[in-house]
Amino acid sequence: MAAMPRNDLLLFAGFTLAVLTMPIWLAPFGAAYPDLLQRFMIFGIFAVGFNILFGLTGYLSFGHAAFFGVGSYAAVWSFKLLSLDVIPAMIFAIIVSGLFALVIGYISLRRSGIYFSILTLAFAQMSYNMAYSVLTPITNGETGLQLTQSDPRHLDSALAATVVGQPIPTLLGQSLGGFSGFYFCAGFLIIAFFLAQRITGSPFGMMLKGIKTNQTRMHYTGFNTKPYTLAAFVISGMYAGLAGALLAVTDPLAGAERMQWTASGEVVLMTILGGAGTLVGPVIGAWLIKYFENIFSAINDGILRRFFDFLPDGVDSAMVTVASKFVGEGWFLTLGLVFVIIVIFLPGGIMEGVRRIAHLFNRAPKAPGKANPQPQPAE
Amino acid sequence: MSQPNVVLHVADVHKRFGGLHALADIDLQVEEGQTHAIIGPNGAGKSTLLNVIIGKLPPSSGQVVFDGTVLTGRKPYQINQLGIARVFQTPEIFGDLSVLHNVMIPALAKRDGAFKLNMFRSLDSETGIREEAEHMLEDVGMLGRREMAAGSLSRGDKRRMELAMCLIQHPRLLLLDEPTAGMSRHDTNTTIELLKKIKSRGMTKVIIEHDMHVVFSLADKISVLAQGRIIADGTPDQVRGNPKVQEAYLGGAH
Amino acid sequence: MFDVIFLQFLNGLDKGAAYALIALGLTLVFGTLGVVNFAHGALFMLGAFCAVVVRKVLTMETITVDPNQLSPWGTPLEVRTPLVQAWLGDFGAVLVNYSVPFSILLTIPVMLVVGIALERGIIKHFYRRPHAEQILVTFGLAIVAQEIIKSIFGPNSIPQPMPTDLRGTADIGAWLGMQAGVITYPIWRLVYFLFAAVVIGAVFAFLQFTTFGMVVRAGMADRETVGLLGINIDRRFTIMFGLAAVVAGMAGVMYTPILPPNYHIGMDFLVLSFVVVVVGGMGSLPGAVAAGFLLGILQSFASMTQVKALVPGIDQIIIYLVAVVILLVRPRGLFGRRGVMEA
Repeated sequence: MAAMPRNDLLLFAGFTLAVLTMPIWLAPFGAAYPDLLQRFMIFGIFAVGFNILFGLTGYLSFGHAAFFGVGSYAAVWSFKLLSLDVIPAMIFAIIVSGLFALVIGYISLRRSGIYFSILTLAFAQMSYNMAYSVLTPITNGETGLQLTQSDPRHLDSALAATVVGQPIPTLLGQSLGGFSGFYFCAGFLIIAFFLAQRITGSPFGMMLKGIKTNQTRMHYTGFNTKPYTLAAFVISGMYAGLAGALLAVTDPLAGAERMQWTASGEVVLMTILGGAGTLVGPVIGAWLIKYFENIFSAINDGILRRFFDFLPDGVDSAMVTVASKFVGEGWFLTLGLVFVIIVIFLPGGIMEGVRRIAHLFNRAPKAPGKANPQPQPAE
Repeated sequence: MSQPNVVLHVADVHKRFGGLHALADIDLQVEEGQTHAIIGPNGAGKSTLLNVIIGKLPPSSGQVVFDGTVLTGRKPYQINQLGIARVFQTPEIFGDLSVLHNVMIPALAKRDGAFKLNMFRSLDSETGIREEAEHMLEDVGMLGRREMAAGSLSRGDKRRMELAMCLIQHPRLLLLDEPTAGMSRHDTNTTIELLKKIKSRGMTKVIIEHDMHVVFSLADKISVLAQGRIIADGTPDQVRGNPKVQEAYLGGAH
Repeated sequence: MFDVIFLQFLNGLDKGAAYALIALGLTLVFGTLGVVNFAHGALFMLGAFCAVVVRKVLTMETITVDPNQLSPWGTPLEVRTPLVQAWLGDFGAVLVNYSVPFSILLTIPVMLVVGIALERGIIKHFYRRPHAEQILVTFGLAIVAQEIIKSIFGPNSIPQPMPTDLRGTADIGAWLGMQAGVITYPIWRLVYFLFAAVVIGAVFAFLQFTTFGMVVRAGMADRETVGLLGINIDRRFTIMFGLAAVVAGMAGVMYTPILPPNYHIGMDFLVLSFVVVVVGGMGSLPGAVAAGFLLGILQSFASMTQVKALVPGIDQIIIYLVAVVILLVRPRGLFGRRGVMEA
């Protein structure tokens, strides 16, 4: 901590404050309930981790949901076999997903560019298909893996802890329902963000950026780039595993759909929307997508009709018809459109937009000559 | 006088691309501390030779020995770690990163080796490396531009920065692939001055160049390559007077 | 034993044909425009929905209530008169029966327009941008396309009947002089295979024997040089994108009787088709076709009960497994050229 530069410290402090006070400042937006806040934290961690790979090295993985899913399964198995306490589950999930990422990363990173994307996609689809078929003893197939009264829980039974009623994950005996669940996840997001910040600002992080910018030069500069990209891959796989495990804590029913490639696509969307390669961007992207998913999918025709009530008859029903295509079930259409627009006009995501606006404001008072467009002779 | 120490020995190297004999029977010895220029008309195989030395292309037969170590079969990063750096014909730089970071990266490669998982150490605590990089940038006259994104530099500045990236590693051997191609007369002269300055530090250099002005201002020894073979070898004066060289140039691409 | 193997081989053909057609279009776009098109599966899906639209239009009917006649339940009888039959008589009935192949007539212009509009509107701005951004924008477009279809046609699959004459099975074994009834194969699948063969043949012939095709092939090999010749390669490439869209759309239309179309059918096929393209070798047209059939047939063999008993779950992962092995052993795929997309 001591070696942390001032700006980084400020960013970290600001981020921590913003996260911990979310139940307060999100209340006016109707988003301050624990269930949604937990998802903000979980997908924030997922996106921060994904960004360590994609944002820093430029390797676009289309299979990260596999690690997320493996994290979920590992955590549930820990609840079943070891203990209902979440700490061993987190540790177990991070280790298992890390090992899984090590194997897949080792093979996939033998190729780069689109080949790498396809390889990760192929591995994720294999995992998904196998979770539904041959691996049913481990994944419980379509039903999903869940906790039962009769699970062995060797650690708990050794400590003679007994469970009454439906087993739920606990932290040192405390249940993690409601806001305590949120603060538990928030703690992990803050730690995850801190580590990502350290990594980005370290020599290792600079090497990853070097690999993204010019891998050839890295080779001729004396770097073996393979272990660097593999390390980034494993770290981001562990982040995904942690996020998956946290989802298993809040909802201890792990299903294979968490591994589907659409789920991999979602984390790509979050990262791009917020701004790949930036620290805060992916988190903001994750929050926005989860927030609007929640808001937009809840809007129905009734709400729309009330919203467009001020318009004359006929016009309002037309507006309702059009708008209803973009909300509720149609939320993904909105997401797709926003995403296309972002990639076309703002490839750096929201953070680039923020930078551009900030630049505009910084510049205007300092250089009035440039702010006032003068008629210039054509060059 | 002691026996001159041969740093780089290209021994009997052949390179074929399909039916094309790009390099034939190349035997080249570069002595410690010297600037050895390789010249020749277009398509003579100069760049191929450089790529064989640096490990980008495997030779069809023969080998390259650097200070007693066989380079053939090693990867580019291993060859660099042995103390060989390369300047490219089109600068290979980290366009998205700042000029300072561009120069710090090779310095870290020199200090930490091919891989080090130092991800919890802050870049800002690397004061030694930073100062070293700033000195280097001062040497090439670019300290004022250290915070600029390298991609936005002018072509000449990119080349100078790339040179700084190589020099900061204090390589025992520096390979330069047409370091002044596409430069203005003024930039070319600045680069010559810079290269002369490092020459006085005793670094061995192999330079590929078209511009005879550059070659004759810098080289201690010249090898002339034509159609994949070395047709002449010697001091600038010996090469200048060699009828075979004149024939190759007059009959060649120029 | 031979008949079992031969039967599995046949079973793989129709799926392989669909893979080959989609992969062919993907490769055309990649080879000419250098764009990695994740929206290509959506084009397949749009083609399939052309069949749905045509059938909907052809089966529109008027319902009149005839108070003089009573249904068996005692209510006034509803008389349904299909419009097409009312206007065109027997020919109308044939049209309805053959609605799927007939839809091709609609699919071609629609897909051409969609393809050209996409290329001119969006894709052309991405030629010089990184492949990752191309993937992202086309991925977004694919989501948009499938969500639009979902909001119009709903989330469920819409089965498309095949023409009555082509519904049975062909006794291929008997044709080949074997015992009757040993090797039978649904006629429509045979039709699909032949259709795919014709389309693939037409695309190759077009590229091989027309001046247009010659220029495009030259452009695939070396875009810069062709540009220097003063040939307006960009316009030809726009048309190529349209052509690729048409091929994908036709593959989709004809596949509807085999697999009822729904909004995510495109994504399902896309993932597999990319694997096919990579196995065949990025940018190689023969590679795409060969790998399409190869993987279709391998998948068919992997789903044999004997094979599944040997390696459980192999049918689920065979394609991906092959892709992983090929990419690691032959990084450029079966027919790939050096240096394509390796950066």
